[in-house]
Order: sequence, then structure tokens, then C-alpha cells
Amino acid sequence: MKKTYKIDVDCANCANLMEQAAKKTAGVKDAVVSFMSLKMTVEFEEGAEPAAVMKDVLKACRKVEPDCEIFM
Amino acid sequence: MNRKQKKMLRRIIISAALLILANLLPLPLWARTVVYAAAYLVIGWDILRKAGLGIVNRQVFDENFLMAVATVGAIALAVYEGSGDYNEAVAVMLFYQIGELFQNIAVGKSRRSISALMDIRPDYANIEQDGALVQVDPDEVEVGTVIVVQPGERIPIDGVVTEGVSTVNTAALTGESLPRDVAAGDEVISGCINLSGLIKVQTTRAFGESTVSKILELVENSSSRKSQPENFISKFARIYTPAVCYSALALAVLPPVIRLLMGIPADFGTWLYRALTFLVISCPCALVISIPLSFFAGIGGASKEGILIKGSNYLETLSQVKTVVFDKTGTITRGVFEVSGIHHAAVDEDRVIEYAAHAECASSHPISQSLRRHYGKEPDRSRVSDIEEISGRGVMATVDGVRVAAGNDKLMEQLGVEYTPCHSVGTVIHVALDGTYAGHILISDVEKDDVREALTALRKAGVEKTVMLTGDSDSAARQIAERVGIDEYHSQLLPGDKVAMVEAMLNAMRGGKLAFVGDGINDAPVLSRADIGIAMGVLGSDAAIEAADVVLMDDKPMKIAKAIAISRKCLRIVYENIVFALAVKFSCLVLGALGLAGMWAAIFADVGVMVLAVLNAMRALNTKNL
Repeated sequence: MKKTYKIDVDCANCANLMEQAAKKTAGVKDAVVSFMSLKMTVEFEEGAEPAAVMKDVLKACRKVEPDCEIFM
Repeated sequence: MNRKQKKMLRRIIISAALLILANLLPLPLWARTVVYAAAYLVIGWDILRKAGLGIVNRQVFDENFLMAVATVGAIALAVYEGSGDYNEAVAVMLFYQIGELFQNIAVGKSRRSISALMDIRPDYANIEQDGALVQVDPDEVEVGTVIVVQPGERIPIDGVVTEGVSTVNTAALTGESLPRDVAAGDEVISGCINLSGLIKVQTTRAFGESTVSKILELVENSSSRKSQPENFISKFARIYTPAVCYSALALAVLPPVIRLLMGIPADFGTWLYRALTFLVISCPCALVISIPLSFFAGIGGASKEGILIKGSNYLETLSQVKTVVFDKTGTITRGVFEVSGIHHAAVDEDRVIEYAAHAECASSHPISQSLRRHYGKEPDRSRVSDIEEISGRGVMATVDGVRVAAGNDKLMEQLGVEYTPCHSVGTVIHVALDGTYAGHILISDVEKDDVREALTALRKAGVEKTVMLTGDSDSAARQIAERVGIDEYHSQLLPGDKVAMVEAMLNAMRGGKLAFVGDGINDAPVLSRADIGIAMGVLGSDAAIEAADVVLMDDKPMKIAKAIAISRKCLRIVYENIVFALAVKFSCLVLGALGLAGMWAAIFADVGVMVLAVLNAMRALNTKNL
């Protein structure tokens, strides 16, 4: 399953770091962050619960970029 | 400027003012130190905070941490040397923040100007309820509902006009500036702007299925498909920063140690300073921001022209296209039949058409329609009597007392009329008047007006080979190929053969990419098999929008060359930025290591490169002179 979330982040490199962090989160099959359109597209693993996974994704992203936001 | 940016601007101004004060006022040393500290903290507190959080989260190589280390290091050096001059640390932080602010504003601006190009989302639909117009969410309008579109409004949902006459502007969808006339019975597509009159439209699709939603979805998802340069940059960024940091460490430690071993003074201060300079240049920002920005601008500029590109990766492939394969019908030719000639006419050519059009007046066959179109007037049925259709052969009728026979070779043979066979390609209609041969009319699929120019433009854009695929006979294909100036043609192909043909060409290619251009009808497999599939003139055709990688909203072949030119320009900008940013950064690293460039030069280089790279990236948005 694929879902797209709006995000807020200030710098392009931070967006890259968020993408790395999201990719490594459990339950995430693949993630793409577009700094230009401020969007994160997450592909979830089979059977993963998006809401729960996204909580972890946000936590992981906050670690690499304290000021980022994912709108869920 | 948004709130965040205004706040940053205030901090920059306060900090800069404090810095000037510290330099101009004759303050005692302690007071001056306090002013410097205030200036530094005002501009840098958030960076110090993030650096601290970074250490807690083990994210040591992020730019905040590096900026913090570089400036704190510079302060420590100043304290150690007892100079009391903290200008450098404050200024570096100040310029860093100015650079970030500029980048923020520039990116926000381009984001807005690009999304303005794609601002075709209708906000509401008008429905008539109890004699009054009510605005509703287009998402809630059911298929078959009649909606009202007032002049100046955007048509929210695809449908058919039931009432009213107007002109619509399709510029936002096709890039075509000439308005189109619509009247009852005409199909209209969502996203167009209704210009002159009030029209009522019966919707034929749900909002989510409408053209405008499909296009928005396509454009919005385009940035999630990343190109090679983008992937390269994000990989590079991951290596670059740590590499620069380790070199900085080596620069701080190795030379002094070697000097000590050689018996000369270690000069720790100088080498530490040079190492700190390294850290200032360690942020890969200019690259990381300008590459996706260039692609974003390129895709935005293309959509302004009615060329929708589904992702940066396709923009990249498009720029490498060396072979363009056309499916004849709908791309090179119009896919509509028209009278292309009247041969061996025994009477006046107009008379031949007039008789034929009248004889065929009862038929709704495409052939008779094209006869009527060429005749230019509606045939007068009162002049026609005794219409007799001979299936598979043609028609006979009495027009103005003359017995007219219009049909193929077989009809002429049946009537025993001696006819002249036609050597041209297309459908031939022989006309006999009272049993005497009066010539034949040739009806064929005609080429689009600008095919020749389009092929020349393609060559100019760097395409080396153009190929035409068609199901027509060999002689027909050769004629068209020669007339429009296409390099190679393959005729008598069944739809399945086209896939095989394209596969064979893909295998035979050395370097470069192959683009397949189709009209989206029956060619979805080939569109997806080619390196890049271009569907043209597909407004409203879902299958083509799904299967193709590039969608041309109108059916002008010139747009293919334009799409390639846009992609080439965009990629050129991307490589310019990569080379320029890397060259400046590396030369700064070298100059810094040699002690020829200080922290000031480093921060100027860093911010300057970024500004120039961002400005350069925005050039991709301009597609005028391509």
C-alpha cells in the first residue's frame, strides 16, 4: 500500500536524511521524499498498520531533523 | 516571506547591528566580548541547539553540528590567541544564516511559481437547485448531473454541453492559446476556462476520473520518480560530508605532528584554523537543493507548454533520445480521411465533387462525410432521387436528372464503365455520369501540417533517426515517408508486430534512447515497451495517460521536438550545477588547506555557489526560445 503525506522541512539535505530515516523504519518497504513538492510517499509492507508505522517514521525523522513535520 | 523567514530576517538584522556596534564603539574589552557573544547567540542559538540534539541522536555529521564546531572553534582560537576579535565566528554564522534564508525564499518562490502553472484545480461546481445556483464540492457531483459553468469559470468536470454557446480557453491544458468554440452536443474537458457565454454541461465522469484530476495527479507524483543525477547527489551528500570532516581532522592533526617530527614549531593554531575552514564548506547544500529544483522547474516549464512529464527520470531519458519511432496514424497523419485529390476529371472538378456528395447524401459513412466536408455545403436533398446503395461497391442516385454512380472499381465493372485505375494511396471513388466515366476522387488520411518542420526540429534537437511504423501497404508508406522526410519506415504491420519491431530496434541500438510516439489508441503495449513512450493528442484518453511516460496534451508533432529540447536544456543546467558547485567547493578546500582562503572566503563561496546554482536552476522554467 502506498500513501502520500504532506511534510514540512526547511533544507534539502534534511529532506534526504528524512528519506533515509523513513526507509530504515520497520514496516516501511520504500519511501521517497520530494523536497520540491514537500511530500513523502511511503510504501508500507504487507500487513503493516500505516498509522502506527508513521508514528515511528516521524520519530525517526525527528532524530535526524528536529524541526521537521509530517502531517497525518 | 512567511513568518519563519521574517523572524530569521529580524535575527540577521539584530546580529549584524550588534556586530557593527562591537567594531565601532570604543568599548572596554569585557563589554565588547559581551556584545560579540550576544551577536553570536542571537544568530546561532538554534544551530547550537540542533547541534546538541544531533550529538544526543548520534547525528554528528549534520551541517548544524559542523557549523557549531567551526564557529566555536574559531572563538576558542581567538580566546587562546587573546586577540579579542570574534568577528570571524559571528560573521560566518551570519552569512550561513543569510544563505539559508535566501535559499528558503528562493525555493518557496519557485515552488509557488511552478505550482501556479499547474493551478488548474477547480474549487467548486455550480448546480441549479430550485432555480438558484448552488456551489458544491466537485467531488460530490454525480455522473450525469447537469452543472452550470458561467463565463470566467473553470469547467470542473468532463462532460457534454447541453445548452448554450461559448468559447473555451484550453491554454492551461494544451498550451494552445487559440480559444475553441463549443455548442450544445460538444464535449468539454475539465480544466478549460469558459470565456464568453453561460453553458450547461452534463457530466460524463466523476471528478476523480476527470481530465483535470488525472493531470494533477500525474504532475504531483512526478517528483517522486527520481533521476540518476538526483540519486547521485543524495548518495554523494552522504559521503561528501563525512569525507570533508575526516580530512578536516587529518588537517588539524597530521601537519603539526609531522612538523614536530621534523623539528620545526608545530603551529597548532594555524592548522586548526585551516581545519575549521574545511568544516564551513562541508555542507553539500548547493548541490542538494539545485538538482531537484532544476528538474522540478523543467517539468513545470514543460507542463506550461502542454507537455506532461511523469517524472524526473523520464525527463532525463528524454534528453538522451536518439531515435524517435512514430506510429503513423494520429501522429504523422491526422487519423481523419479527407479528399486529397480529384483525378482524370472529364468535367469540372467541383462538379464531380458536387455530384458525388449529393449521391452519397443519405450515407453516414466516414467516406461520404469527407466528401460532404470537401464539398463545403450541405447537399440539397431535393435535387436527389432514386438512391440505391450497392453494398460493398458504392451508391447510385439521380441528381438533377443525371444518373450518378459513385463507388469503387467493382461498381464500375458492374456497370460496364471503363475507368482509369488510381496509382495513389487511399480510398478511390470513381464517378460515372449517365454511364460515362467522369474521373475519380481520392480520399486519404492526410499528414498534419507541420510534420516536416517537426522532423527538422527533431534533428536539430539531436535526434539521429526517425522511423515510421504503419499497417498501410508498402507503396502508401513509402509515399508518406518521402513526402514528410522520415528516415525509415516499416509497413504492413499488425499491432502485435509493432512491439516486436520496437524490441528489435532497442536491441540493435548502441547508446542513446528510443522514444515511441503514438496517439494512445491501441498502442499501449508499445508505449510501455519503448525507453520512453510519448502519447499525443490524448485529452480524455485514460489508457494513454496511464501507459505513456510523456503526455502531449495537443496533437502537434512540433511538441515532441520541444519536449526533447526542454529536457536537454534541463539536463544541461543540472550538469552545469554539479560541475560548478563541485569545482568551487574543491578549489575552496584546496585553497583552505594551503591557507590561501580563510573562513570568510569559505562562507562566501558556500553561500555564493548556492545562490548561483539556485538561480541557474530556475532557468529550466523558461521554455520560450526552444
